[in-house]
Amino acid sequence: MRNKLWTAVGVAVLMVLVFVAGWKMGQSPGAGAAPKAASVPIDARAIFVPESGQIDALRRGVPVDQEGHPPAIARVENADLKRVRAYPMQPPTIPHSIDGYQVDRNSNRCLLCHARANAATFQAPPVSVTHYMDRDDQFLATISPRRYFCNQCHVVQTDAPVLVTSQFRDIDSVLAQPATQAAAAPATARPATPAPAQPAAKE
Amino acid sequence: MGSWAKRQLLGFWRILRRPSRHYSLGFLTVAGFIVGIVFWGGFNTALEATNTEAFCTSCHEMRDNVFQELKSTIHYSNRSGVRATCPDCHVPHRWTDKIARKMQASKEVWGKIFGTISTREKFLDERLTLADHEWQRLKANNSLECRNCHNYDSMDLTRQASRAAQVHKLWLGSGEKTCIDCHKGIAHQLPDMTGVPQG
Repeated sequence: MRNKLWTAVGVAVLMVLVFVAGWKMGQSPGAGAAPKAASVPIDARAIFVPESGQIDALRRGVPVDQEGHPPAIARVENADLKRVRAYPMQPPTIPHSIDGYQVDRNSNRCLLCHARANAATFQAPPVSVTHYMDRDDQFLATISPRRYFCNQCHVVQTDAPVLVTSQFRDIDSVLAQPATQAAAAPATARPATPAPAQPAAKE
Repeated sequence: MGSWAKRQLLGFWRILRRPSRHYSLGFLTVAGFIVGIVFWGGFNTALEATNTEAFCTSCHEMRDNVFQELKSTIHYSNRSGVRATCPDCHVPHRWTDKIARKMQASKEVWGKIFGTISTREKFLDERLTLADHEWQRLKANNSLECRNCHNYDSMDLTRQASRAAQVHKLWLGSGEKTCIDCHKGIAHQLPDMTGVPQG
């Protein structure tokens, strides 16, 4: 009887000890951690180009000993609206998101819809005939291997702000400019009214 | 030795055939009921245990190949946090179909024992065959596992991208095609698709 009582007491004490040990161990990481450096609420976009004029893509002008809030990840435009080409031979930009598209030796997700044979099924613009030609202008039955990786030329567009304002003007606006002004202005001069900036291409 | 085993078996058979001498009918009925519940519960629990992602990925064949590929897709990680686990797509939800699939899966145990896809190279070599089994299955049951969650009647086409809405209406709405016809390789990488119709 006495023996049993002592065993019970021993077990109870052991359980309390284990509980306390567990409690202490569970608490220690939070208490022991060093206080985190306060992050500085700097809109990194605003000072992407610091005073020196150099684009600071990595730290975005935030001092090295401080932590800036990174800008939000840009969203891919997915409106399915075809965009105007800036110049005649520009590879058209992709007007939809292409997340997780598998384009490799085994399969090409783009060609699922944009291949000549599938274009009608999916009401997608088929790839140009030039993409079926090899470099000697000979037509092939399937897509030319040098055109296989669509993303080499065709890219999606995001809603990211334009980092550097584009001064590009397409040929129509150049032709529309009065002849005297065009002759007077040096080639490198900034145009009086910049053309509407195209969104920056993101890959 | 043979005759001894035979005698034992015959003795057991005689016990089974004879009416109970010591136990009442009531006891046997109630005990049978309780044991039945325990067995059925045990069977279902075991079945459900094999129907979890943890069970699937406990083998390196699944964990190192297909599960890694799933992780980057929308069926694993997305904005709302709803996700599909292995059995959601690969095991039918209805009981009869589930048991049928589980019986088929005994071949996979065979494959595991003999290491049919025990290395990455073996897996890649077999991938087209394995994928083809799943495509055939989903084609045959009209993409049942997709439709467990993706119900065409509940799809708000106006909230889809316009090209998605157009194509869904044209092919899925008319019943001419089923999900797997176009959506091969959404959760795992595709094998060499030469000659395999997509879309």
